[in-house]
Amino acid sequence: MTIHESVLHPTVIIEELKKNKFTHVVWLPDSETNFMYQLLTSDPSLDLVPVCREGETMAIAAGLWVGGKKPVVLIQNTGIFESGDSIRGLGLDINQPLVMLIGYRGWSRHGLTTDSAARYIEHILHAWGINYFLIETDEDADRISLAAEEAERTQKPVAVLVGSEFGA
Amino acid sequence: MINNTDAVRLLDSKRDGAVIVPTMNAGNVHMGLPSVSTHDELDFPLSGCMGKASSVGLGLALAHPERKIMILDGDGSLLMNLGTLVTLSNKAPENLVHFLFDNGVYAVTGGQPVPGAGRADWKKLAEGAGYAATFSFDNLEDLTTSIDQVLAAKGPVFVHLEVAPEIENTAVQFRQRARRTVHTAIRELPEAIGKG
Repeated sequence: MTIHESVLHPTVIIEELKKNKFTHVVWLPDSETNFMYQLLTSDPSLDLVPVCREGETMAIAAGLWVGGKKPVVLIQNTGIFESGDSIRGLGLDINQPLVMLIGYRGWSRHGLTTDSAARYIEHILHAWGINYFLIETDEDADRISLAAEEAERTQKPVAVLVGSEFGA
Repeated sequence: MINNTDAVRLLDSKRDGAVIVPTMNAGNVHMGLPSVSTHDELDFPLSGCMGKASSVGLGLALAHPERKIMILDGDGSLLMNLGTLVTLSNKAPENLVHFLFDNGVYAVTGGQPVPGAGRADWKKLAEGAGYAATFSFDNLEDLTTSIDQVLAAKGPVFVHLEVAPEIENTAVQFRQRARRTVHTAIRELPEAIGKG
């Protein structure tokens, strides 16, 4: 029996972003999104906005959104913890239809993790009432489209947890 | 030192279609932009955003490179989001002017000094972060004389203003609220500035 390893490729994610007509990727790199940088910087249809600290991302996205653009945020779950007040004030309170791609550091389908970054993230999202999707392989990537549709329909932030590191 | 209201009045008079993003004392209903604005349809007030006015302003500047964006920041606010200086200069929006209202205190919480008040050199911080042009003014006359030069400079521009502290000691629940809120701005600004 042949076992095919399912992986998540950054090209597939970027195609999803382009399909949904995102204009800007506001991000701070993390281990889950390691291989995306080169692709993002070489694609003129997506403007990369690097930040120093994750709490900036929702605020920059808010300015872009009010200005008529369609940003997506790409950070790690540790950055979500750091960004609490920005998500409250410049995401939820202003009804920003923001898709947040979140590297799910520590995630294990088998439940074996000692990383508190994984242990708390879903609880935090539940507490805020932010819906989320999980993607782990290329086959899951179209959930970004579901998240984008939900964000527009509900005028709220929606999260996409990236549960595996990208393949090269 | 520069009076807070004099500063916002001067900047409003020179806005020439600019979107202004004020926060804290620069956005105060009694002494800030709401008390003097002649084009409040182009004002994007932010309060209680933990120093993120400059980040919102950066997003607007990137979305509308053809329009001037003026951020009116506070020193306590900028200290909460200091990395914004590098984030902003890295994207280098030529249409962005970042004013810092440096009064040395947390004016809305009773006037406690901010860390580094009178010690930190804001102009040097902005220079070191990579802003295209930086200025510093400690009196209204010099600011008035130079404002056209400041606004004509290629951005991102950083303008440090040494502003006299005005402390608001009224309990928060009794403070007058601005007529134009962030929600009003989000609803109305897209039409006022056109689609990006």
